[in-house]
Amino acid sequence: MTPLPRWVEYGLMPVLNLALAFLLAGLVVLLIGESPLEAVRHIIYGAFGYGEGIGFTLYYSTNFILTGLAVAVAFHAAQFNIGAEGQAYLGGLGAGLACLALDRHLPWWAILPFAMLGAMVFGMVWGAIPGWLQARRGAHVVITTIMFNFLAASLMGYLIVNHLKVPGNASVQSRTFEPGARLPKLEETMRLLGLDIGGAPLNITFPIALLACLAVWILIWRSKLGYEIRVFGANPTAARYAGIRGVRITVTVMAISGALAGLMAVNPVMGEQNRIFLDIPGGAGFVGIAVALMGRAHPLGIVLAALLFGVLYQGGAELAFEMPSITRDMVVLIQGLAILFAGAMEQLFRPALLQLFAPRGPGRAG
Amino acid sequence: MAAPAIELIGIDKRFGPVHANRNIHLRVEGGTIHGIVGENGAGKSTLMSILYGFYQADAGEIRVNGRPVRIRDSQDAIRLGIGMVHQHFMLVEPFTVLENVMLGVEGGALLARGRARARAELQRLEADYELRVDPDAVVGDLPVGLQQRVEILKALYRGAEILILDEPTGVLTPEEADHLFRILARLRDEGKTVILITHKLREILAITDRVSVMRQGEIVATRETAATGAEELAELMVGRRVLLRVEKGPARPGPVRLGVRDLRVVDAQGVERLRGVSLDVRAGEIVGIAGVSGNGQSELLEAIAGIRAPAAGRIEIAGSAAQGLDPARMRALRLAHVPEDRHRMGLVTRFEARENAVLGYHNDPRYGRGALIDRAAVLAECRRQMESFDVRPPDPFLKVANFSGGNQQKIVLAREIGRDPEVLIVGQPTRGVDVGAIEQIHRRLIALRDAGKAILLVSVELDEIRSLADRILVMFDGRIMGEVPPDTDEARIGLMMAGVAEGAA
Repeated sequence: MTPLPRWVEYGLMPVLNLALAFLLAGLVVLLIGESPLEAVRHIIYGAFGYGEGIGFTLYYSTNFILTGLAVAVAFHAAQFNIGAEGQAYLGGLGAGLACLALDRHLPWWAILPFAMLGAMVFGMVWGAIPGWLQARRGAHVVITTIMFNFLAASLMGYLIVNHLKVPGNASVQSRTFEPGARLPKLEETMRLLGLDIGGAPLNITFPIALLACLAVWILIWRSKLGYEIRVFGANPTAARYAGIRGVRITVTVMAISGALAGLMAVNPVMGEQNRIFLDIPGGAGFVGIAVALMGRAHPLGIVLAALLFGVLYQGGAELAFEMPSITRDMVVLIQGLAILFAGAMEQLFRPALLQLFAPRGPGRAG
Repeated sequence: MAAPAIELIGIDKRFGPVHANRNIHLRVEGGTIHGIVGENGAGKSTLMSILYGFYQADAGEIRVNGRPVRIRDSQDAIRLGIGMVHQHFMLVEPFTVLENVMLGVEGGALLARGRARARAELQRLEADYELRVDPDAVVGDLPVGLQQRVEILKALYRGAEILILDEPTGVLTPEEADHLFRILARLRDEGKTVILITHKLREILAITDRVSVMRQGEIVATRETAATGAEELAELMVGRRVLLRVEKGPARPGPVRLGVRDLRVVDAQGVERLRGVSLDVRAGEIVGIAGVSGNGQSELLEAIAGIRAPAAGRIEIAGSAAQGLDPARMRALRLAHVPEDRHRMGLVTRFEARENAVLGYHNDPRYGRGALIDRAAVLAECRRQMESFDVRPPDPFLKVANFSGGNQQKIVLAREIGRDPEVLIVGQPTRGVDVGAIEQIHRRLIALRDAGKAILLVSVELDEIRSLADRILVMFDGRIMGEVPPDTDEARIGLMMAGVAEGAA
């Protein structure tokens, strides 16, 4: 790919993509006879206007940061992990089982490491198996991870209905954890900033997600394993020449990816619902793909993209509430447009921008 | 006299800085087999791709049967009666022969009529040209020789009068190749025109009526096959280049450092690429492998480096068995490898120079004891390498893609030689490198030899081999044809490269 100046590549291009997405979304809002400007006002107010809104925005962003990191780590080895959703779902099982086992005996801060470990190990297994199938059997990881999403959904449905559900209770979920396994909200911290997050489930998982960003950054750009991952992703032939074993890298990277996706489940399981329930990730695994694409697989970009999708989730919920003619489906449509333009069609403006900004000079042979 | 079937006038094609075809003039007479011979990268495939509409020439004119034409895509080419049999077959493997042949020319939404027509036509072609294939066989089940016949049938079914075959024998056994030649001769006798692209002189001499030699994007000569020989063609292909004088004293060979015994390599298609190669490289000598590219040199280097697992045979580094080890373990045995293709293998061009400076050696504790990379140490190493090899610009933060070819090669050499290896295997050390850098690279290789290291040098530049090597082994068709001293007559080496004469080994 021909290089663009960094500020264009990482600044202007995503902004243009988003602008186009919002323009189209605005047209749709106009079509159904509502004012786009008012819709924007509701989204922004819903996401940023008051403490509770901010709390929810950051709560959703936490999920998207972790699933975004998961997809991004795999990207660096040129693996496309579509399975963050299933890995996070299994992660929820790992976290939940730790909580169910320990919540009567230990305080939250002692349970949290076990819950994180459980979430990461379960997610890791769910990612490593497709990785191994890819590396050893040549089964494409895109296909297998999609399959593993379905497998995760079936398996979890079975486990919850047949083993975890409280007998005699109609709701399909495990028992609620004792207070010992509930993560404290970041109420006090946010109050220091003068914000009252009210009922928002923002909890300690958010700073953990930020730490995960740092860890991924160190892994990819500062560690030997990360070097091998990037060499393998950029040029597998050179990796082979350098004695880097592709099988090992593929399995390792998918395991790390699955662990990060699994970790995401701590947020809803221990921080919000306090039980094992159906559809724990709630689509965050798929949003993670868009977040990773938009954030260019860099932790900083991922935080920004995850915030954007947090805003769309929280602001969108507010929008659906305030403007009844804009249904929940409309909000999903707007999110879909953002994903389409910022994720799937992120290269849309490249040819035009190249004309404007590409360094002049002789071309290179393709 | 009738107009030539194909006439190319002043065809010129560039890919960025690469001048793939320059001012090509070529006449292919109707009803003949015309060979185009040249080394890999000489521009043969580009030229044929222009003729078949894959690329557009930057300049020049194409005439078919005397008429100027424009060929914008393969549909145009087919309409003009030009058919192509690609090196890599374009077949739908799960389909039958019949289905493959009629693919794209079914003639209607329903298949029944097209199928009947195709079947009748196949029977006629079979009778006319000895092109026997079971029309109902599934293509994926057929051996490669028959798959190639299907490709030929496809072209003929589309009414090809001019058939281009791109390296058709690369995947064939000798028996299959002989059968192919009988088919081609039959096609010619029936009035078709055949263009045969190859780098194998034996085939040219066996089957063509006329032959054009390409070198570095140009047609350097066209000869009546009957009036030339392997010797002249080999010389034309390789070219008489100015012999670069390299100052060097006599070699003082020590003990054997690299030993190869009866090495066999089979590629993914099941074709044997190395057919029992044995050689020794001693400390303090450079052994050169001469040969037209594609005769097993790449496989030899990759097998020794641990990149390709040999099917059989032994590799010894300093006396201990090393076959089947991975590249990291081979490096630990102090074997360094400068690969033939620096872009594909030797470098990660997207990365900055400093990250390339430790490729393959990144697990050395010098660059960080634990899991993390000591970036200061890597940077210092890169600066040291750049200084010792005079890499320009000496900027460790520049992406490798932005260095010139010569400086890219210096980055690879600096990394591999800078580690003071005991054995160095090096492929095409000066391919795409400017003259100044060539001289410097040659001097470094000699210096390494004089320091008592064992060097195995593979190059398609015969001059390079002759000026650097202390002994020359000539490779042809996966075998060592023989050993000659470096002052051997170029023509004699050329004959051995063509597989014609056995050496005195």
